[in-house]
Amino acid sequence: MTKTTKNNMITYIMVILLFVIMQTLVSTGNVSSLLQGLLVPLCAYIILAVSLNLTVGILGELSLGHAGFMCVGAFTSAFFSKCMADTIPVAGLRYFLALLIGAAAAGICGILIGIPVLRLKGDYLAIVTLAFGEIIKNIVNILFIGRDANGFHFSTTDSRSLGLLPDGEVIINGPQGITGTPKDSTFLISVILILITLFIVLNLIHSRSGRAIMSIRDNRIAAESVGINITKYKLMAFSISAALAGIAGVIYAHNLATLTAQPKNFGYNMSIMILVFVVLGGIGNIRGSIIAAIILTLLPELLRSLSDYRMLIYAVVLIVMMLFNWSPKAIEWREKYMAKFKRSKKEV
Amino acid sequence: MALLEVNNLGISFGGLRAVNEFHLKIEKGCLYGLIGPNGAGKTTVFNLLTGVYKPNEGVILLDGENIVGKKTIDINKAGIARTFQNIRLFKDLSVKDNVKVGLHNHYKYSTLEGIFRLPKYFKTEKAMDEKAMELLSVFDLDKEADLLASNLPYGKQRKLEITRALATEPKLLLLDEPAAGMNPNETQELMETIRFVRDEFHMTILLIEHDMKLVSGICEELTVLNFGEVLAEGKASDVLNNPEVIKAYLGE
Repeated sequence: MTKTTKNNMITYIMVILLFVIMQTLVSTGNVSSLLQGLLVPLCAYIILAVSLNLTVGILGELSLGHAGFMCVGAFTSAFFSKCMADTIPVAGLRYFLALLIGAAAAGICGILIGIPVLRLKGDYLAIVTLAFGEIIKNIVNILFIGRDANGFHFSTTDSRSLGLLPDGEVIINGPQGITGTPKDSTFLISVILILITLFIVLNLIHSRSGRAIMSIRDNRIAAESVGINITKYKLMAFSISAALAGIAGVIYAHNLATLTAQPKNFGYNMSIMILVFVVLGGIGNIRGSIIAAIILTLLPELLRSLSDYRMLIYAVVLIVMMLFNWSPKAIEWREKYMAKFKRSKKEV
Repeated sequence: MALLEVNNLGISFGGLRAVNEFHLKIEKGCLYGLIGPNGAGKTTVFNLLTGVYKPNEGVILLDGENIVGKKTIDINKAGIARTFQNIRLFKDLSVKDNVKVGLHNHYKYSTLEGIFRLPKYFKTEKAMDEKAMELLSVFDLDKEADLLASNLPYGKQRKLEITRALATEPKLLLLDEPAAGMNPNETQELMETIRFVRDEFHMTILLIEHDMKLVSGICEELTVLNFGEVLAEGKASDVLNNPEVIKAYLGE
């Protein structure tokens, strides 16, 4: 087994182990209901962090619109599930189709946005993706879609202007979002989706296309000079990353009774939170993204007893972790310590 | 027919005429040198040959095919590979992966085959690994295959860049100041490497260089550029003794 396969295995096993531990804790009643409610969103955040790492760490482009793609995945899939709730009564099949639709919609959005945006670099790209994320969120907020015997009705003003027949129902109700999406996301399914995401991302990185993507990150001009199609591979990484964010959106949407597009779940706050996971876990380090997402999602909940000081401590932990991970002195110290540790293990 | 034939090539940047009426003819298997004072337009010529800049006028025939107006990647596919004056490696990839990126267009499998690890993935990756190691061992880099490219010493980074360019299986190899920043020993070794590449891979090489020892040591033919125009060309020994060249470049 090569070093990379071993490394990937460790990541898979870590996720499975965490799942087993969490599941045992839940079944023995050691987890508060609040924390239990956080498990599925946590899985969505992990997928988001891993997928954003594909853009930021592997492709090397800073994207601040990741929550926008999650939003697309969430709303298209919730729309589908609500429409099909009667037509496809089997929850498993419906959820599977919802996943495909959510991922495809977000992926297509990724391509459409990526074509103009990926011509930019660095800070400029970050700002434009930020704007696109906000645009997506705001479009969803003015969208009214209803259904009656005559078919679908669209409007961008309010639900009355849809002109529905008395038997019709409003599916997407503008700022009130989608109500009554079937709650199909379970912890188990979400963890399986994390594993699938990891499978896709890790295998992509260690393949011909992944090398091409990383070569663009490391040196665009040199990549071009050895015959790498820059546009193709940039777009590929960006749209795969968007599609995976769409999957996270599907999980997120199917865990809520009412899905609304607010700044805190699909706005730039969310995009930046995901970016914090990625940067803290190590840019380009997939396993690190998972760990950072877990710690930073659970920390505020675990600190709940400290009430007022909760966010203060959260911020301090964030700073300390960032320093520990990234300050040159800390890295030096860590490496020295690790070398010593390895040596003493050999002597034993 | 010459492998590379350039006629009447010219480019202006705004009001600056960077290259004017440039011409060049390189026979297959030749080791050709392009020299000239700083700012003479040598690297601009390289950028024109590789499609980084589009010339205002002129033709570039590679094996009889006009490559003017083509994109960099298509020119690479047509058979021109280059190295850079300031080394441009994929620094966070391993030495072996750097070469494997060079092999990108010659060993193919689709992205989906890569993600789902279909049999073709394993077969092609194995062939790529073998080819990459074969190339690396030619340049004595096989022991460093798993190091990050940025951790290589300077001289070996130069060699790796040449290896990566050769991995694209070019007809013509362009080397932009390969000896820049090297000490005399490293330069000596580099000269042997370049000559070795030509003989072993039957490669045609065009190189830009400032180091006169290297130029007079290995180049068979030379073109001297001055202020964007050809000052002299021909056999290396003749050109280096040309009084005009000595005046413009080597000093009186």
